This record gives sequence, C-alpha cells and structure tokens, in this order.
Amino acid sequence: MKKVANLDDLRRLRDELKSKTSLREKSEKSDELIQVRVGMATCCITSGSREIMTFLAEELDKRKIEAVVTQTGCMGYCYAEPTVEVLVPGKEPIVFGYVNKAKADEIIEKYIKTGELVEGIIPKNYKNFDETEK
Amino acid sequence: MSDYKIHVLVCGGTGCRASESDQVFDNLTSEIKNQGLDKFAKVVKTGCFGFCEKGPIVKFIPDNTFYTQVTPTDAIEIVEEHIVKGRKVERLLYKNPETEEYISDSKSMEFYKKQYRIALRNCGIIDPENIAEYIARDGYQALGKVLTEMTPEEVIKEIMASGLRGRGGGGFPTGLKWDITRKVQNDTKYVVCNADEGDPGAFMDRSILEGDPHSVIEAMAINAFCIGAKNGLVYIRAEYPLAIDRLKTAINQARECGLLGENILGTDFSFDIELRYGAGAFVCGEETALIHSMEGSRGEPTLKPPFPSVEGYLKKPTNVNNVETYANIPAIINKGAAWFSAIGTEKSKGTKVFALAGKINNVGLIEVPMGITLREVIFEIGGGIKNGKKFKAVQTGGPSGGCLTEKDLDTPIDYDNLIASGSMMGSGGMIVMDEDDCMVDVAKFFLEFTVEESCGKCAPCRIGNKRLHEILEKISEGKGTKEDLDRLVNLGNVIKDTSLCGLGQTSPNPILSTLKAFKGEYLAHVIDKKCPAGVCKSLMAYSIIEENCIGCTACARVCPVGAISGQRKELHTINTSLCIKCGACIDKCKFNAVIVN
Repeated sequence: MKKVANLDDLRRLRDELKSKTSLREKSEKSDELIQVRVGMATCCITSGSREIMTFLAEELDKRKIEAVVTQTGCMGYCYAEPTVEVLVPGKEPIVFGYVNKAKADEIIEKYIKTGELVEGIIPKNYKNFDETEK
Repeated sequence: MSDYKIHVLVCGGTGCRASESDQVFDNLTSEIKNQGLDKFAKVVKTGCFGFCEKGPIVKFIPDNTFYTQVTPTDAIEIVEEHIVKGRKVERLLYKNPETEEYISDSKSMEFYKKQYRIALRNCGIIDPENIAEYIARDGYQALGKVLTEMTPEEVIKEIMASGLRGRGGGGFPTGLKWDITRKVQNDTKYVVCNADEGDPGAFMDRSILEGDPHSVIEAMAINAFCIGAKNGLVYIRAEYPLAIDRLKTAINQARECGLLGENILGTDFSFDIELRYGAGAFVCGEETALIHSMEGSRGEPTLKPPFPSVEGYLKKPTNVNNVETYANIPAIINKGAAWFSAIGTEKSKGTKVFALAGKINNVGLIEVPMGITLREVIFEIGGGIKNGKKFKAVQTGGPSGGCLTEKDLDTPIDYDNLIASGSMMGSGGMIVMDEDDCMVDVAKFFLEFTVEESCGKCAPCRIGNKRLHEILEKISEGKGTKEDLDRLVNLGNVIKDTSLCGLGQTSPNPILSTLKAFKGEYLAHVIDKKCPAGVCKSLMAYSIIEENCIGCTACARVCPVGAISGQRKELHTINTSLCIKCGACIDKCKFNAVIVN
C-alpha cells in the first residue's frame, strides 16, 4: 500500500476501499434493506441466472440503491427462469419470472425505485406450511 | 463497486484454527477456484466470531448464513451446494437447542441478539492482516481527526466525557489517566498497551489483537498524541503467537502507509510501536510489575505512588492501558462521547467483553452493554447450563474475583454493582458452575493459581496464601474443623489488607465469597465430613448395594486398581482402602448397584 499523505488522502482512500467491505456492512442490516434473491439451482443457472445476479448486483450498486443481492435454491417455477424474488421491507415479497437483463433493468427502475409493478410477476399460488388460512 | 457477490468469512482465531480452520479456508479457496467462481465469491480469513463452542465457523455474506463445526471436507460440499446451487447445507447450520430448529441467519441466533459490539466491531468481519479492510471501515479516521482537527486537551475531554473506564479490571477512568500523564512535565514519555492477559478462562484481549490489531495501534497513537509521547510498547505474552504475528504484520503495514513513523499524516507528530514479550506471569498484568519486566528486571510490583503516570518505564511518565480499553478509543472519537455515554449504566459506560466458560452451553466471547443482567448473559446469550443441570454460581473477575449466585442473577452488571456483590469486573472472564461443582474445590482451584503466581515479594501474599491453601486442603480431606472456617476469614482479611499489590489484595476473594454464599457446604465438609456435590474424593466412599448387584463382574473388570472382588453371579464388594475413587465402576454398572456416599 502506498503512503497516506494527510487526512484528506486518508478519507479518499477510505471511500475508494469502502466497496471492498460494503457487502459485509450491508449484511449487518440486511433486514432494513431491499433484498433481491436470484434462483440459482442447476436449472436456473443454465438459463442464465448467474449473469442476471451479477447484473443486478452491479447495477444496483451503480445506481446507488442499497440492496442485498443473494442467491437461493430452485423456486419451483422452472418454466419461467431465471426467477428473481424482490423483498421490499414492509411489503409482500414478489417473484418475477423470465428475467433477462432488460427485465432486470425494468425491475430496478420501476418496482424497486418507485414501487410500480411490472409485467412478469408470478402470482403466489401456494401456501407455506407455517401459514394459516387467511 | 464490489467485485465479489459473495464473501465467505472463515474464522482464523486460535480456537477455530485448533480445529483445522486453516484447512477449511484452503479448501474453500481451491474449490471455488475449481468451480471457476473465483471472480464471483471471495474467501476471507477473519478474527474470532465469538461462538467458539461450535467452531470452526464459516459465515456467508450477504445472506448471513452461519455454518458451524465445518470440517475441511464439508468445505467442498459448502461450495457445491451453497455457492453453485444456492442451497444451504442444513446439517451444518446452528440448531436452536430448545426448538431443534435450524437457524440459517446469524441475526436470529440468541447468542448474537443481545450483543452490542464496539471493541469487537471488526472481529469476525475484516481480514486482520489487511490494512485496506480496516481503513475501509473507518480505520485511522479517528487518528486523522485527532492529529489534524483537535488539540490533546480536546481529545482528553472527549474521552473523559465518554465515561470510559479501564477494561483490564481496575475500572480507573481512562480520560483521567491520560490527563494526569499529560500534565507531568518530561521530554520523554511512553504509552504501553497491557496485553498480558492472565486470568484463567479470559481471552478477550487475545481475540481483539488477533481479529482487529489496527484498532489498538490507532488508539495507542491517539494516546501518545494526547500525552506527548513518541514511543509505544505492547507488553504481550509469548504464549500468544498468533496475536503477536498479526500485531507485527499490522505494525509493518501501518508503517508502510505512514500511519506509524515520522510525521504521521503530514503533521509534526511522530510515533512508533515496539513489542515486548512476557513469559506468562500473572503478576505482570499489574502495571508496575509489567514495567519492571519490560525493563528487564524481575516482574515484581512496587508500591504506588509513584504511579506509572509520573514515574514508569525507565523512570519516565508512562500511560498503561489494557487492550480492550484501547479498542474502544477510535469508536469514541469517530462517533462522539455522547454516543458512547448513552450506552451502559450511570457510572459504567459503554460495553464489556466477557469470555464465557465452564458449564455453559455457548462457550465463547461476547460483548454486551454495561447494565445487562447475569441472567441475560448466562441464560439467553449463553444458552443456559450444560446438560440441563441447575445453575449454582458464576465466578467473575477470575482468581481475583468472587462467586455470584442465584440471588445476584438480576443485578445489572457494572463495576460498582459487582464490587457491591462481593466480586469484581476483572478482565471479564465468567466461569459458570453447576450443581455438580463443589465450592470448596472451586476456591481451592483459584487459590492454587494465586499461590503459583504470587511473585513472593511480600509476606502476606507469599506465606498467607500458602496457609489458606493448606487449610482448604485440610477441609477437602475431611480433616477440617469449624475453627478452620474462622481462620480462613481472619487470614483472608489480613492478606487483603496488607498485601503489596492487586494480586494479594484480591486473592482471598474466591474463598471469602464462597464462604459467605455457601457456608452450608463448608460446614458439611468440616462437621458431617461430606462433600454434597461429590467432588472431594477423600470424603467419598464407594459401595455396592446388595439388592441391585447381579454379579456380572463388569465393575471388577473395569477397576484399574483391582479393588473390587466377587464371584460370578454373586455379590461384589469394594475394598475402600484400595479404591482410588475414579468412578469407572459407576459408569460401567448397568444396574445402578454402585453408589457414592
């Protein structure tokens, strides 16, 4: 590492390095942040989910949206892969299907930024074992 | 922008390394590479996560998946399942002992819920051997702010206002100590970091140095700026090789970056740090003994005053602070005294790191706000007593502290409350005891330690503790009398009043506090000649119940000294003069025929 000349230099260096550990800081407060989960089972990966996950993580970062992008197992909607689940704090989770880069971009711009729903939502048609009849 | 989408944190603390965490790290790294995912996921070796009970720990970021007891072979499975397929390896997750449910997110673990991490803020999060990760998390910002924007007086005022007190045990206000040392006129002054952690069962200082060494370096530099010193020394035990290694690496990195050395950050402040190794004597944690040891003399304490602040290392004014105290300093400067003093109780601000040990489910390292109760620490964070046994007592403050019992469980923990209950904060070891522990034996254990560690300089400590130990020995052998109990109290008080240093002044505490809280147990030993917990061997007699014995010969075969005799299918008997009371026969007998009286 090069020499740090003064306080301004140190502050600049910190801001440059911040991204190296920002993922760890985000995970400490993950329940307050938008969570994006990308299905990443074998079937999902074949349909390109790893690129979508990378795309989402990088774009959210570039657009200065604090979000946690994680991977999850098969969501069961193998016909509609890649699938992406978006969890906005205080809202019901929503699953989007057939997510390509254009769709991912739309999800960020519309649903995540403004709350506006976009095409491609997979309606929830099942109950989890711990959910009671409403 | 973050290059990696997944960070895999592997504990590189001493505890986890002892269970092959280095190999886990290597296997994770190579398997990720084999799968072609080395641009996607990064493995980081961090400091201690605190959950030592279930090490080695591997934690996934950002989803906080917390894997426990990971073996090198598991590492390969984790990469295949978690990173490649997005599935969690359930069998390695932490299981809630009560509900038997797997917990995947570390934030849902009782162990972490009530913790508040200031001194341990970077432990288990950053790579301690990489200064870039420390700087990324606001490292050295406090030093920069202090050198560029504050005067020494302002910094000391801030530390005083924060209410920070020495975390090594004494609880002396840190700001006041700095102020006294600053006001002494001298061209040469020293700052010393006391890393001579000696309490049995305490490992917080080691963990901080292993997990976040830069926080201590930064704080020592701030300390030096405030008192007008150019040289710093860390007195560390030679038996902490990993902490020494990481500290050396950190010091070298800080020098390379110009954060140690001449004209730090373009100011006229210069400061550097050297290490001094201790041979592991408990008394060298006492600051005057520590200073003598650093000077190359015998590690013996001297009378105070003069305090080290006035006349310390090489007779120069010296400021000695403990590792954990230092680790708090950068956070206080960055976030302000008001933030720090809002945490804790009226007279004890901030947090305290405790090392949980003994008969407790979650053995490990925790940091909690002052004012939390022992009940919360032991039963919520600590997960209660092992094997569903009953809580009996907890020893805080190590061999200098005392036993706290059931009635103290709801007392808020702080310096003053612990002293009022007959114990002390000490460096933060907490040894939990259950119904199977004999308090006479516990007191004897701690006294054995002080007898060993007494430097021998003053008579009360050297001779007095030895006599106390003999009386305890007598009691546990069933030869004690009621008068011996009074002798313990009288002699104990004399040692406390007349010893030269903290070691002797506190060494009778374990006896005095157990005698107060468990008088009945001592009386059982001296009057009934019985050890209620069944620990003191001399007071036990093994025998076989006639009705239960079927003559299977299992006990006779397992007895290592041939004390059991009897024919097949006939009653067996134990020759008590040969019996060494090892308990092997009890464990072997399937018919509950062997009993202890």
